[in-house]
Amino acid sequence: MTRSTMTGAARRRAFAVAAGGASLALVLAACGGGGDGGDGGGDGGDAAATPEIDCSAYEEFGDLEGTEVSVYTSIVEPEQATQEDSYDPFEECTGVTVNYEGSREFEAQLLVRIQAGNAPDIAYLPQPGLLNTIVTDFPDAIVPAPEATVSNVDEFFSESWKDYGTVDGTFYAAPLGSNVKSYVWYSPSMFEDAGYEIPTTWDEMMDLTAEIADSGAIPWCAGVESGDATGWPATDWIEDVVLRTAGPEVYDQWYTHEIPFNDPQIVEAFDATGDILKDPAYVNGGLGGVDSIATTAWTDAGYPILDGSCWLHRAANFYQTQWPEGTEVAEDGDVYAFYLPTNQTDIKPVLGGGEFVAAFNDRPEVQAFQTYLSSADWANAKAMTTPMGGWVSANNGLDPENLATEFDQLSAEILADPDAVIRFDASDLMPGEVGAGTFWTGMVNWFTGSDTQEVVDTIEASWPASSS
Amino acid sequence: MTSTPIPPVVPDTDLTTEGETEGPRGPRKISRLEKRAIAAKGRLSSPWASFLAILIALLWTIPSVGLLVTSFRPELDIRRSGWWTVIPGIFTGEAEFTLDNYDQALYGSGSNLSTYFVNSFVITLPAVVIPITLALLAAYAFAWIEFRGREILFVAIFALQVVPLQVALVPLLRDYVTVGLNGTFWTVWLSHSIFALPLAIFLLHNFMKDIPRSLVEAARVDGAGHVKIFFQVLLPLLVPAIASFAIFQFLWVWNDLLVGLTFADVGTYPLTVRVAEMAGSRGGDWHILTAGAFISIIVPLIVFVALQRYFVRGLLAGSVKG
Repeated sequence: MTRSTMTGAARRRAFAVAAGGASLALVLAACGGGGDGGDGGGDGGDAAATPEIDCSAYEEFGDLEGTEVSVYTSIVEPEQATQEDSYDPFEECTGVTVNYEGSREFEAQLLVRIQAGNAPDIAYLPQPGLLNTIVTDFPDAIVPAPEATVSNVDEFFSESWKDYGTVDGTFYAAPLGSNVKSYVWYSPSMFEDAGYEIPTTWDEMMDLTAEIADSGAIPWCAGVESGDATGWPATDWIEDVVLRTAGPEVYDQWYTHEIPFNDPQIVEAFDATGDILKDPAYVNGGLGGVDSIATTAWTDAGYPILDGSCWLHRAANFYQTQWPEGTEVAEDGDVYAFYLPTNQTDIKPVLGGGEFVAAFNDRPEVQAFQTYLSSADWANAKAMTTPMGGWVSANNGLDPENLATEFDQLSAEILADPDAVIRFDASDLMPGEVGAGTFWTGMVNWFTGSDTQEVVDTIEASWPASSS
Repeated sequence: MTSTPIPPVVPDTDLTTEGETEGPRGPRKISRLEKRAIAAKGRLSSPWASFLAILIALLWTIPSVGLLVTSFRPELDIRRSGWWTVIPGIFTGEAEFTLDNYDQALYGSGSNLSTYFVNSFVITLPAVVIPITLALLAAYAFAWIEFRGREILFVAIFALQVVPLQVALVPLLRDYVTVGLNGTFWTVWLSHSIFALPLAIFLLHNFMKDIPRSLVEAARVDGAGHVKIFFQVLLPLLVPAIASFAIFQFLWVWNDLLVGLTFADVGTYPLTVRVAEMAGSRGGDWHILTAGAFISIIVPLIVFVALQRYFVRGLLAGSVKG
């Protein structure tokens, strides 16, 4: 008897506590909601550190307060921090929390997560080929871009960038950041001391190469080692030269396999590259012979420029962040880069790359965030939250003044040049078996003894039959 | 063993022939065993064998030493030359060493490494305890309880060791997502337990089988049930086997990257996942990896050195069965 009344009382007490807690929580929630709504306007004023944006663009998505968006990318620390900072204005506007996750195993793990039904809300795909794979293999997982994003992309990006995010006529993924790969790194002070001019045509560059070689130095250095992706820096070399010797039309036919990989025009580009990279008199400054290109880490291949044992190193704009700490990247600094010149007079071919924002959920907060990422507001916010530089976007609403370094401004200038013909990295557009397989290994074989015909024939033979 | 005089008729013929060549009868049996022991000792401790053992040990240690040396070198040196190039420098005092890599690995990024240390512990301890507990119970049943299909079931479990765990990744993750476990530590704990159980059951079963049947039967005669036999007769005898498997499993889970990467979430990632990210988006910071590796190695090193005698003893007990 007593025992049962005891438990009864205890139970009642417990219930009272729970009810009290619940009502307290309700009160708190109500206060929180009201408070947030009230000072929403005030926040914009006192947040001086973060760039201000126009919040009205996200009103159409409704009240997003307290929602969350998960983002999964291949961008890890230290770049991760600048990415997260650039979301602050959006978070302040809408009250959405963006949960960022970066992984170097992104490309493998994203597919695992999609298969497991655990896809992130948003993923930054580093290549259009991956978008293609996802749309083909998991058409139910990925969702097309919302209207607001499409109109942003139409406004701020060129047609070709939009095409890379389109599969079978449906636009899925808006471009995010961009890379400019057509660069040659050099030491401004060495050039000045030797009295060399920056070449403006391919022929001038070859003359300069010969001149440096005649003076007893080795002009070029290169390296393509990159773990299980070894070979990719060399594919960029070939792609850049195809754009210059054969032109953008042939380039498009080449990666879509309208012409075979061993087409004479491609062989010509290989040979033009080989005039530099396979000539023992021209490579590999400070690093060894021609075959040392295959074994030198791409991250370190430009370092001989710093001690004067190499003069020229072709690498993308993101090589900027690979230089050792304390290296000054500027026109009057330790290293700088010039546009890889061309003999073409009517166009300036630019080899580029970039990430694309794919969404796997169509909740309003996800669509709002997609729209933010495709806006000029985001591009400018990202530029301002990246004080060390090393980032640029093809977004034409990006004000070059906001970019942190002189070099990033140069990249933005190249991307915005009306003569520029931007082509995406072909190896990222080819089928994975080739673009992330035989093209890479073929380049390594090319540096270690195989001749051009042998290499292009092998790559052509490996092209999968299904995707013509 | 004792000094019982040997009768003229000895069943073991070996002993008699051996005995005739020797002198006194009493210690004969022992002397033969001793001789074998001495011979074995001689074979094992010949200078050549020692030399070989030391040579192999040295060769096998070189890569680790190289990593250790590298982890203390300045970034530019790591990128430009091999670690062995510091050896002449050590004697002339020109070699340059720095703690920068460790500093960068520990404090370099926005995320604190200590969180991942804690995660690794939170993952590892249950991932060791759960499979051992289950495997002990299963092993006891397989060893001492008669039931239909016991042999087939045991062979089936043993055969599961052949299945590579990679094939289970996606289906398992899909189940976790369906059940709603995703984002908790349970995904990692359960996965490690699942992957560890076949070997754990096999090892512990073999060990339990080695315990004399008479011991268990005696306990049964005295009125002990399964629970009492398990806890009071078998468990004390199993300590070395349990310890050895625990170390084995601890090292496996602590060093695991694949399971952690696939099943863990932002809040539950173990240290290995963080170390793998240290190289940076494009792999440009690979010089920190050596320092990261040595930071993550500290815990397993301590565990292994502290408990290695169990490790060797238990491995021998479990695998070499007469």
